Amino acid sequence: MLIRLEPRRQHSQAMVYLSPVLAIILTLMAGMVIFSIMGKDPLRALHTFFILPVNNIYGITELFVKATPLVIIAIGLAMGFRANVWNIGAEGQLTMGAIFGGGLALLFHDSTSVFLLPAMLVMGALGGAFWAAIPAWLRTRFNANEILTSLMLTYVGVLVLSYLVHGPWRSPDGFNFPESRPFPAAALLPVIYDGTRVHLGSLIALLAVVGGWILLSKSVIGFQLRVVGKAPQAARHVGFRQKRMVWFTLLLSGGLAGLAGLFEVAGPIGQLQPQISPGYGFTAIIVAFLGRLHPVGILFGGLIMALTYLGGELAQIMMGLPNAVTGLFQGILLFFLLACDVLTKYRVRFGSAAPKGRAA
Amino acid sequence: MNVRFMKRTMAAMMAVGALAAGAGAAQAEDAKVGFIYVGPIGDHGWSYRHDIGRLAIEEALGDKATTTYVESVPEGADAERVIRQLAQTGHNLIFTTSFGFMNPTLKVAEQFPDVKFEHATGFKRTDNVSTYAARFYEGRYIAGVIAGKMTKSNIIGYVGSFPIPEVVRGINSFMLGAWSVNPDVQVKIVWANTWYDPGKEGDAAKALIDQGADIMVQHTDSPAPLQVAENRGILGFGQASDMIKFAPKAQMSAIVDNWDKYYVARAQAIVDGTWESIDTWGGINTGMVEMAPYTNIPDDVKAMAEEIEAKIASGELHPFTGPIYDQAGELRIAEGAVADDGMLLGMDWYVKGIDAELPK
Repeated sequence: MLIRLEPRRQHSQAMVYLSPVLAIILTLMAGMVIFSIMGKDPLRALHTFFILPVNNIYGITELFVKATPLVIIAIGLAMGFRANVWNIGAEGQLTMGAIFGGGLALLFHDSTSVFLLPAMLVMGALGGAFWAAIPAWLRTRFNANEILTSLMLTYVGVLVLSYLVHGPWRSPDGFNFPESRPFPAAALLPVIYDGTRVHLGSLIALLAVVGGWILLSKSVIGFQLRVVGKAPQAARHVGFRQKRMVWFTLLLSGGLAGLAGLFEVAGPIGQLQPQISPGYGFTAIIVAFLGRLHPVGILFGGLIMALTYLGGELAQIMMGLPNAVTGLFQGILLFFLLACDVLTKYRVRFGSAAPKGRAA
Repeated sequence: MNVRFMKRTMAAMMAVGALAAGAGAAQAEDAKVGFIYVGPIGDHGWSYRHDIGRLAIEEALGDKATTTYVESVPEGADAERVIRQLAQTGHNLIFTTSFGFMNPTLKVAEQFPDVKFEHATGFKRTDNVSTYAARFYEGRYIAGVIAGKMTKSNIIGYVGSFPIPEVVRGINSFMLGAWSVNPDVQVKIVWANTWYDPGKEGDAAKALIDQGADIMVQHTDSPAPLQVAENRGILGFGQASDMIKFAPKAQMSAIVDNWDKYYVARAQAIVDGTWESIDTWGGINTGMVEMAPYTNIPDDVKAMAEEIEAKIASGELHPFTGPIYDQAGELRIAEGAVADDGMLLGMDWYVKGIDAELPK
């Protein structure tokens, strides 16, 4: 028997929603096979990976802590991706946001002012937007590819942070170790559930989801984004300005990434140090696609991605599974997601009969 | 902090069913020991040696101890969660084996007063947090002596990780050793800005060899620089573990971390109920620092290295014996005096004669 793929006339709406679910089911099945081969009880492994991390309130709040930067960054990136603006440098913009906002906390390290934190939020967003403005300017002025410029600026951003915490911003009581002094209490994000680490940033992430959805589906600029991405020629004919799109999406995604960076240092970390992000800026690219470049989808995508990290940690603690299993899971998930995407554009046909009307 | 909440989450975790075997930390006589590593256990360097120490506990204490590890934990917001997960799952002794885990360790330790913590290479202690580190600079002095004897180009290539006191101290000690036998030696340093990235480390080594280095020294964790030395036909030293199988023709010795004795003693103290918060800084004399067998060097150099090793072990020779000047020409250690531990721990200056600028 043959299996054939037949192009659909129209994209299947049902499959747009079903394919991520199908991908997750296939990932779980593949995971069970892998665990069995490794000689582990597959059901127990899946339980450890996906249930145990969130079977108590603390675990759920940790899931939010981990998902917050991923969701915030991915919302911004998705706007750009829809308009064919490829900001790959969110990691650097995140770092710059942490530097700008965190620098304010260090400058006023004995402050108790209630205005400190709001000012840091603004500075964090500005820092990220500033770092994204460079690729935007290079693209609109010199037509330089923003994929390359934004990516390379990531390394510059991380090195700037490294320079600061090794040098001028190094803690005076830290035996010359590379870390800033701890932020003052007035510079820390309030925890929204007592006894956990879940902070104001998680609420703002939800706001970003709602805001992103409104922007995309209800606003004129959201409409322009979609048209510019899908039909650049048509967009030009009706007079949408592409340069404006480049500026808008890069500043927005950079600002959101900067905000996410500030949330990390003013939230769970509480100071500046050489490493503040385990690659959230890059993982968020995956999250954006996992969520179909749609804000609500990104929320779910971010939570699932965060869950694989938490599960990976517990799988090591509880079952002695290697850390590589986490990466393996993420890879399998992406693979199946992309594979299932085929189903939105094609229809599966069984049988060997030659199709009617196959055009030459 | 919020003890009731902790108890509730712990109860919830145990209710999941026999997963958290042996929980109920405080009364348990047996040691349940958790480790978190900054790199993968397969790095064949830093994390690998800590894992060997973990296995030594299992070997020595038999069924009195069980051990768990979590590898490749980033030094950011994630560390606190992983440490807490270990504490919540009934571990009563937790080793956090990288400097960047210091503040997360202290935060979790405050919330789990019955759990004992051991933080490697840090400087903050509390009633349930010990610190420990090894005097690797002693081994680096011996390596310096060997290098001073063996170099023909009088140029040493040095792959550094981060310009923190431990690494700066190592460079200084190495050069003092080298100059004690060969005043013409110069060192070229490349900062890889990573502890573990075989690609970057290897590239740094290649750049150094291209600049004329004929001895390779590294303060990063993978065998990559030594492997480059082997391929390019020059000599070098292993880092953290005996790397002879990666470079049978190039490795002259290696500065080996041996945590076995310390880890076994600390786990035994849990079983005996005699654990106390202490600060340990062990050197060659306690066996925490070992030199791998001297290979690929003539007998007279080998004899010299062994003699110096014995002198350091007996306390007859201290690598940092004055007069020692810094690069600005200021006398840091007076004639006949030796550096005290405070000075060694915060060392952020190069000794006079090193032709490089310390990144600030």
